[in-house]
Amino acid sequence: MGEKTHYDVIVIGGGVVGTALLRTLSRYQLKAALLEKHAEVGWGATKANSGIVHAGFHNKPGSWMAKLCVAGNRMYDQLCDELDVPFFRNGLMMVARTQEEEEILQQFYQQGLENGVPGMEILDGDAARRLEPNLSEEISMVLRAPSGGIVLPFELAAAMAENAVSNGADVYTEVEVASISHGYDGFTITSKDGGTWKADYIVNSAGLFSDDLARMCGLDVPSLIPRKGEEYILDQRVGNLVRHTIFPVPTPKSKGILVIPTAEGNLMIGPTALEMPYKDDVSTTTTGLDEILSFTQGLVPKIQRRDIIAAFAGIRSGSPTGDFIFESSNEGKAVHLLGIESPGLTAAPAIAELAAEMLAEAGLPLKEKPNFNPRRPKVIRFKRLSDEEKKEVIKENPLYAHVVCRCETITEGEIVDAVRRGARTVDGVKFRTRAGMGRCQGGFCTPYVVKILARELGVSPLEITKRGKGSELLTAEAKFFLKGGETNV
Amino acid sequence: MFNTHYTDVAIIGGGPAGLAAALAARRAGAEHVTVLERNHELGGILQQCIHNGFGLHRFKEELTGPEYAYRFIPQVEADPNIHVYLNTMVLSLSPEKEMTAVHPVHGLISLKAKSVILAMGCRERTRGALSIPGTRPAGVYTAGTAQRFVNMDGFMPGKRVVILGSGDIGLIMARRFTMEGAKVEAVVEIMPYPAGLARNIAQCLEDFDIPLYLSATVTKIHGKDRVEGVTVSQVDNGWCPIPGTERYIPCDTLLLSVGLIPENELSQEAEVSLDPRTGGPIVDENRETLISGIFACGNVLHVHDLVDYVSDEAEIAGEAAARYALKQTADGVLNATNGKVDKFAIKPGDGVRYVLPQRVTKGAEVDLYLRVSQPMDAITLSLSGLTLARKRQVRPSEMLKIRLKAQHWESLLEAGNAEGRELCLAAEPR
Repeated sequence: MGEKTHYDVIVIGGGVVGTALLRTLSRYQLKAALLEKHAEVGWGATKANSGIVHAGFHNKPGSWMAKLCVAGNRMYDQLCDELDVPFFRNGLMMVARTQEEEEILQQFYQQGLENGVPGMEILDGDAARRLEPNLSEEISMVLRAPSGGIVLPFELAAAMAENAVSNGADVYTEVEVASISHGYDGFTITSKDGGTWKADYIVNSAGLFSDDLARMCGLDVPSLIPRKGEEYILDQRVGNLVRHTIFPVPTPKSKGILVIPTAEGNLMIGPTALEMPYKDDVSTTTTGLDEILSFTQGLVPKIQRRDIIAAFAGIRSGSPTGDFIFESSNEGKAVHLLGIESPGLTAAPAIAELAAEMLAEAGLPLKEKPNFNPRRPKVIRFKRLSDEEKKEVIKENPLYAHVVCRCETITEGEIVDAVRRGARTVDGVKFRTRAGMGRCQGGFCTPYVVKILARELGVSPLEITKRGKGSELLTAEAKFFLKGGETNV
Repeated sequence: MFNTHYTDVAIIGGGPAGLAAALAARRAGAEHVTVLERNHELGGILQQCIHNGFGLHRFKEELTGPEYAYRFIPQVEADPNIHVYLNTMVLSLSPEKEMTAVHPVHGLISLKAKSVILAMGCRERTRGALSIPGTRPAGVYTAGTAQRFVNMDGFMPGKRVVILGSGDIGLIMARRFTMEGAKVEAVVEIMPYPAGLARNIAQCLEDFDIPLYLSATVTKIHGKDRVEGVTVSQVDNGWCPIPGTERYIPCDTLLLSVGLIPENELSQEAEVSLDPRTGGPIVDENRETLISGIFACGNVLHVHDLVDYVSDEAEIAGEAAARYALKQTADGVLNATNGKVDKFAIKPGDGVRYVLPQRVTKGAEVDLYLRVSQPMDAITLSLSGLTLARKRQVRPSEMLKIRLKAQHWESLLEAGNAEGRELCLAAEPR
């Protein structure tokens, strides 16, 4: 593989933090690159994130989490507008059902005031139910924070990466870092398949694996705590059960199990919080599902098992200190962002600013690029267009008249556009366009998406994967097994 | 805003139901019939069903899916007054029978019809709907998706296969994979009896020595990027896995054949009421829904066992929709919603999973279609206490058909057991 470019900065890890940083760096006159081990950016913890833009009342005043959550929250309107990413301030509600919980809830209110959370109010149960009629009758007090929002975490990461690339940054996917060395000519990063990259500065935003990477740079850091969360998606039919994101009063380990409207009109329930011995177990379990169902039915009784259409799990990089950890090594030229668990998504744009400042302090010149374009070209979402607009886009490109995913009304035009923006896999298309995310879960459209991907990428359908090497969808051409073949992928 | 096109009968879906409905509507005198089909060809799911066994009832011949479709397609194409729009997706439907659709050449189309026939078919139940625990690797497909890959696109999705569910498509695919040189390790069915037709169990599993595990289910999917195996457990009477019965089966593919769901999102948009038992619209003997002038037939109405019955049903709907369009409503049979017509509800009783139609005009001679709720050796079918028929060897996988005759009505009305305008169809073991 061997790359010739010597970069000013290489960011390792393309989750929402790494991509936010890459975009921040692309504002300046420097050469920046991102290395991501998955086939696409945003496929680690980001993809499985709940998508909540937190208000900031959950975190201890003075902590990095509190400061960067509130700061990050304020940046979301502009960020999502520039990148054309759906973002809604649907508001958060923390609900109490007992006197004890009411007291804790009041403490969170005070904490939110200290952290500078705008617009919070405390409502009694009836007032809350006037806003959210499907809340349980047992709920007696609610802390409402209107500044809370929802976003699509994967889409945000993909959009930030796309915008960074259009401003001159490079993204390398399927690059898993094996070693990092630092010498007179800067850092040399070697990947597992033998490629090398060189840079003067590096940022470790490798999420759950950032402790391993920090140790590669000789830093003695405590191990992160892998904490699995399972989430379940409900049919859009019941997407209107609640408008706010509904939180219980939290436990010391997590914010609890929530009811979360998504930016796409589904309801999501979860997550669990289970500490794991491994970093790669993203399986879902019967116990996880049962726990989530019984808990969320206590918040919103109308939630039903039969409305579940999909399940997934992700692993948070639990912080051993309970706060974000920012470290540096190699005379400050390597910046390490560790323990970025909740509210990491909310804080990501603010963490990116902070990391850029840390690099600048270590000597990286940050000179604004005069031609930086903060906007990414608008994404056509056919279903959401007016009839007039639909007519217009079809006239320009008849592929917008070919509906490929019937459940979500996703057209071939949108899928081709997703590939041109960087989708390389069936999941990449799915997360960018929603093709395959509906009721039939790709039953009808997967064969078509495979064909379109193969055509656009100029490869055989046998090479098309679900999410990168090893996840090929097809094993062989028909009749191949009859000739004694195993696989002709 | 747009040019609105007008038609007499609009048919949404050009599969077996839509095709038969279109021809029937024309025979019944509808002047203009419009068929809106989302695929690039007519025939629907039949096009990927390259196995034989279609048409035994209707044509007394064993046809393949495409052959069955071609008993209809040439006639539809030859009729200049049947307007077929291919590659056309209907985006919206109103109770006033106005539709918007997209077409690659015509762009956004607005269409208004005098009557509408829903013929959108069904979709397969997915892994998400079952909440099977485990990882989410490549290699988990519904049986119909695998069928499309193999039969239409010419690719094998895997080489060692476990099939969850013994629905007919899964059974057909077990045979198909075997004949393609893949190994089908097992078919796993949660019920104590198979979900598919007896003939498919014999011809697709037994003939190829493929094991069928009854009262068992997949309790975990293994594999990070691609399926590496599944855990199969026996289940108790309440479908709960029995600890200690787990066995691990290595495989690279898991096919799901766990049921079909009528696709009624458009119907609901048009305010058509659905029957929770069938998942399809509530209809009368004309297959008219509770929205006047909107009819339904085929798998969008209820999941059929044989396509032959889909065609029969579609002809009923096609003819009635044509009569509606021509305002031939003198007998008062149509216009179901205005409440002026004397309708009786037919409810499923003991031993019956569902019955269709759900509403019948008083005195009308109609065929009732039903499925029993469990296999039984010998049953008596009775309507509100009146014996209609006796049947042997009944299974939920096979639709039963019984004729409700004039003399039955007489007895029912005389005996006074049709009070409340509700009749109850029961299947009692003998």
